[in-house]
Amino acid sequence: MTQLAILSAQADEGLTTEVGNPWANIGIFLVFVAITLFAVLRASKKTKTAADFYAGGRSFTGTQNGTAIAGDYLSAASFLGIVGAIAIYGYDGFLYSIGFLVAWLVALLLVAEMLRNTGKFTMADVLSFRLKQRPVRIAAATSTLAVSIFYLLAQMAGAGALVSLLLGIDSGIGQSLVIAVVGLLMIFYVFIGGMKGTTWVQIIKATLLLIGVGIMSVWLLALFGFNFSGLLGEAASIAGTTDILDPGQQYGESTLTKMDFISLGLALVLGTAGLPHVLMRFYTVPTAKEARKSVVWAIWLIGGFYLCTLVLGFGAAAMVGPEAITNAPGGQNSAAPLLAYELGGTLLLGVIAAVAFATILAVVAGLTITASASFAHDIYGQVIKKGKLDTKGEMRAGRATVVVVGILAILGGIGAQGQNVAFLVALAFAVAASANLPTIIYSLFWKGFTTRGALWSMYGGLGTSIGLILVSPVLWGAESSFFPDVDLALYPLTNPGIVSIPLSFLLGWIGSKTSKVKEDVRKQAEMEVRSLTGVGAEQATDH
Amino acid sequence: MSTLDYSDFSAVQRSDQFQKLRRTHRSFVFPLTVVFLIWYLGFVVVAAFFPEFMAIQVFGNINLGILLGLAQFLTTFIITGAYVSYANRKIDPIATDLRESMEAAGAGAPEETTDDTDYASAGQGSGEQS
Repeated sequence: MTQLAILSAQADEGLTTEVGNPWANIGIFLVFVAITLFAVLRASKKTKTAADFYAGGRSFTGTQNGTAIAGDYLSAASFLGIVGAIAIYGYDGFLYSIGFLVAWLVALLLVAEMLRNTGKFTMADVLSFRLKQRPVRIAAATSTLAVSIFYLLAQMAGAGALVSLLLGIDSGIGQSLVIAVVGLLMIFYVFIGGMKGTTWVQIIKATLLLIGVGIMSVWLLALFGFNFSGLLGEAASIAGTTDILDPGQQYGESTLTKMDFISLGLALVLGTAGLPHVLMRFYTVPTAKEARKSVVWAIWLIGGFYLCTLVLGFGAAAMVGPEAITNAPGGQNSAAPLLAYELGGTLLLGVIAAVAFATILAVVAGLTITASASFAHDIYGQVIKKGKLDTKGEMRAGRATVVVVGILAILGGIGAQGQNVAFLVALAFAVAASANLPTIIYSLFWKGFTTRGALWSMYGGLGTSIGLILVSPVLWGAESSFFPDVDLALYPLTNPGIVSIPLSFLLGWIGSKTSKVKEDVRKQAEMEVRSLTGVGAEQATDH
Repeated sequence: MSTLDYSDFSAVQRSDQFQKLRRTHRSFVFPLTVVFLIWYLGFVVVAAFFPEFMAIQVFGNINLGILLGLAQFLTTFIITGAYVSYANRKIDPIATDLRESMEAAGAGAPEETTDDTDYASAGQGSGEQS
């Protein structure tokens, strides 16, 4: 389990923050809230149609959307988790960040533009384009909701952990209160601002986060005379071993832990382009060409960010030391805040703390609008109302879903406090890579793909991923399990990807080959022509 | 191709122009996807099973692992740049040409602008009859 811990901030209770000033952290966070509130209120005035609410009127530029994608993707787990993992485990922490970045090439080369050309609001729009509408849409919405909710719970539980770390609130009630406040704020933002408001929150957050880590990295490197090798040497000498510069500290224990890492790596690289909240962002730009620009811009920002985490992680190891980090409240996740305090005192710590909160808020908002679109547009609008819903009705349903999803997230976040929920993020990636990506790729590129193939692949991927987790050491028999004393684990790894991803591709193929139902060839022609040319793609609603 | 009916998706799909577009797109993105996936997975497997190889010192405290990791970043940036340049030069002109011909012929014109009508253009109703 330890190898997954970095994927989600975890609670470490019973300790208080001894560095910095909680009031400074809260104050700077309130400034962020004020700025984003202004942006959201402005966006709400222009949110009049369903296309505004779910796709921000398709009027964002590639650069804006690329920045928002970075804001949506770089969660607190990426920021605090990866810096912390590098500070403690060294090289192995760096390995994660590579998977998170390389994954964007799948989105760039195979998915983003064609998805923009053929869909409207959700992933299900594309998948059900030329297959049987109802069953495929229901399956796609189910897996969208599963991924969004797993991810959402992990983020909300992480918010509780951040509270203990950054605000010095370590009582259960105090943490629950802060989770509720973050949740309500998020509901308000998404409810009134829709995708436009969410996008602006993500843009502002990404800008702050990138400036924050950029300044810290340059500052740190300057302290070492811009000699990265010297920084590594210092980190190794503080750790007392050069092993932290080599792979294997975190997952090198046995063949099983190594296989587990490969399974995770596979889920990361193939899961990103199947994450519904990432896919939905491609609809917020007017054309496929802008969708391409979005991904390019996102790759630069995300790549730059992970390069900074490499510097910051080893910097924290050199300047704070692994032991001080492990013993601090929040453990591994405290590496970045402690480093900020070491470098720039209370003020920089406050900025980084506020950025971390902003990060949770922005990611949670993106997930909520995705879950809302999936339920209100796919399930309610298309399946239950059979597409007869007008734009007002669809927005009303969307807003109602935002409130329900938000409240569920708050309750789940409070319930998950102190639980080891890190596996949820890895599970979300595994489900995205197995239930979503194969069907997306087959629909776009394989003429012979059928409804049966889509259903087998989606339900098979979803079921296998969750099923394997249920019989894995995440639940049974290991020190970090929910039931450490009962060993019912049938599957030896903590990540299902290595089995579920190939299986889903295979199921999609077998399902299609054995299907006797003939799919509509005219629809296939239309989809293929539209996906490559952009004929008839959804237009921007305002300019 | 002067007889091609640009408002008919099936006819366009069979046309030489569209087949060329499809080939231009696939012959670039498919091989590149295979290459970067093998390069990434190979890197992960070597890091997991041959850590002593990654630990080989190159200069100062910089080892092969750090250099290969940074090389993953570099290749990601290079592939991104290469794709954009290729798409701008080779894919976009054919796609734009085809789109304009089709729109002039009235194919796939947006069936809604205010978003409160039907979903025909997003695929609604497509599957019921199949």
